Amino acid sequence: MYDILKKRFLAPDICLMEVLAPRIASSAKPGQFLIVRVSEVGERIPLTICDYNPLAGSVTIVTQQVGASSRRICALEEGDAFVDFAGPLGVPSAFIHEEDEALKQKKYLFIAGGLGTAPVYPQVKYLHEKGAHVEVIIGAKTKDLVIMEEEMRQVAKEVYVCTDDGSYGFKGLVTEKMKELLDAGHTYDQAVAIGPMIMMKFVTLSAKEYDLPLTVSLNTLMVDGTGMCGACRVTVGGQTKFACVDGPEFDAYQVNFDEAMRRQGMYKTQEADADHKCRIGLKNG
Amino acid sequence: MAKIQANRIPVRSQDPAERVKNFEEVSYGYNTEEAVLEAARCIQCKNPRCVAGCPVSIQIPQFIKAIVEGNMESAATIIAADSSLPAVCGRVCPQEVQCEGACIMGIKHEPISIGKLERYVADWAKENQFSTAEKVPSNGKKVAVVGSGPAGLACATDLARAGCDVTVFEALHKPGGVLVYGIPEFRLPKEDVVEYEIGQLQKMGVTIETNVVVGRTVTVDQLFEEGFHAVFIGSGAGLPKFLNIPGENLNGVVSANEFLTRSNLMAAYDPESETPIYVGRKVVVVGGGNVAMDAARTALRLGAEVVVAYRRTEKEMPARIEEVHHAKEEGVVFQLLTNPTAVLGNERGWVTGLQCVQMELGEPDESGRRRPVEIPDSTFDISCDVVIIALGTDSNPLIGRTTPGLEMNKYNGIVADENGVTSREGVFAGGDVVTGAATVILAMGAGRKAAKSILEFLKIGIL
Repeated sequence: MYDILKKRFLAPDICLMEVLAPRIASSAKPGQFLIVRVSEVGERIPLTICDYNPLAGSVTIVTQQVGASSRRICALEEGDAFVDFAGPLGVPSAFIHEEDEALKQKKYLFIAGGLGTAPVYPQVKYLHEKGAHVEVIIGAKTKDLVIMEEEMRQVAKEVYVCTDDGSYGFKGLVTEKMKELLDAGHTYDQAVAIGPMIMMKFVTLSAKEYDLPLTVSLNTLMVDGTGMCGACRVTVGGQTKFACVDGPEFDAYQVNFDEAMRRQGMYKTQEADADHKCRIGLKNG
Repeated sequence: MAKIQANRIPVRSQDPAERVKNFEEVSYGYNTEEAVLEAARCIQCKNPRCVAGCPVSIQIPQFIKAIVEGNMESAATIIAADSSLPAVCGRVCPQEVQCEGACIMGIKHEPISIGKLERYVADWAKENQFSTAEKVPSNGKKVAVVGSGPAGLACATDLARAGCDVTVFEALHKPGGVLVYGIPEFRLPKEDVVEYEIGQLQKMGVTIETNVVVGRTVTVDQLFEEGFHAVFIGSGAGLPKFLNIPGENLNGVVSANEFLTRSNLMAAYDPESETPIYVGRKVVVVGGGNVAMDAARTALRLGAEVVVAYRRTEKEMPARIEEVHHAKEEGVVFQLLTNPTAVLGNERGWVTGLQCVQMELGEPDESGRRRPVEIPDSTFDISCDVVIIALGTDSNPLIGRTTPGLEMNKYNGIVADENGVTSREGVFAGGDVVTGAATVILAMGAGRKAAKSILEFLKIGIL
């Protein structure tokens, strides 16, 4: 069992938890994820890692209540525990292999959409500690859903907040803010976009106009998360890759986003398929 | 001398029409009376060929003799000396090509049902709470076993018997490896058989730590830093192969590993489970091995109509004869000499069918099986909404890639000799991670050999 040490809501439906998982806390690196289970009958749920503290043995995760499984996570309280907490999974971000001297010379732009702000944080923190110049665009539907702005300001040179409704910061989409920065003459060696698949697709289309190198982190369906099932397969550069062991980060320009988005819905459409009658009484999660 | 009984005592099983509606075990196994009668058929060869045919060299005639004498405790003790998973092996070993395939009775008559007798003894021991598992005094040596599948469990058993302090690391949330995620409940009951046998191992003092992905959560080098004196790697062959044909990423195409993991490990067939599974109305399973049979029979139980497409004939199928027989009884349709060329889909990206070509058998290939050759202009479609790919699996490269100095082969497997010795001192390996996908019992055999090598490496006398 993995105890929940702290819990707080960052937004009405988004909660942050610090979980006691010493092995993961000391091995996690930027770009990786983990898998949790809430109960003995629970699904294996992949989650991004928001922070880790090897000394305290704790790992921070951020969850948004969107479906049955994420609601079960957010219903847990301090003192409760996860049945399973496995990781870190996936390949760490490529920049961890770069020399400190090289990183000091580099400028990064992160584009974080909604909950994607959480996995962006440890990457920005790592780069900041290495002396890199990092700017972050955080996008959300509305002011209440902007998360981790203060934490991000501690580690980023610049933080630009965008809201779709203009209730806070720049009114508009992250792609518009990104274009504004690039048109104003800002230059970056590398951009990283993490957020909903549709956002990453449009960031990719926009970044291409500026020849901006771009990495995306794919949140595909997964079961085991260790390369065993292939539920997470995506087409990258015309080849099938497993997001769990070959990713989750890929060169954005090589990713077939339309296929990836369609595959995300594989189990959602089970019930929507009007003429399909489930004969074994399955309910959608 | 008693008269030779030419034919086996038949084993009772669930009626096919009933069992396709449930996940209960298909074969009931022998009762005591049947087991004693079957055991009495054994002619007790002086030079038993069956023992040589068994990858873990169980003293088969001896345990069979004990059954005839009604001494089940003795039978269980004889088997336990060589096998830590008798209830598993009695159910899933390919006996027809091992012990039973070598049985001298098989030349003129039917071979002894050695597998069913092994299962009988193991089930008897459980029902009667007879156990040989005990904790022996520690020899002070710590060994890490990576992977809790058949190779790891067999290795851990022998090490624990010799007094080693053994910790088994498992990546998933339940121990058992392929016994838990791969083989379905109707063939290998999880709670009654797998969990029970793993429990016996824990009684011997073996610690099992789940949710540890060696290579990510902790590396092999870090295990040595933690104080382990040797490491055994039995991480299996878990990466599914695909066909690499057009349409393979359509919604509705899954690997057998995904389909079976959802149904077995995550118990998606149980309405209580929160993990979804999709079977549609008609499923085509591609492949002819045990995994293909397991996927087909699982899909059948989940309510689908099922076709198995295999590119050679039934004779070349790698599946156990019993599995093919059971699949046919249950209504799985076999479409043989059939090779898929593309998965067909609709405009929304969902599977609508499988395009195939008809094959014929040509000259034998390096495996000795006749190579399937495409018949020109023989393309045809099978309509379906789910395609399950069961073409085998590759080794997981993670541990090899994160362990400096550990030699790997071109298939991402770990290079180890027949005693499980690798290129890294103190690191041993066995099972599918070395050989590629094989059987439970071969992995167990490899685990035992590696345990012997580890004990030699640690300079501990063999029991």
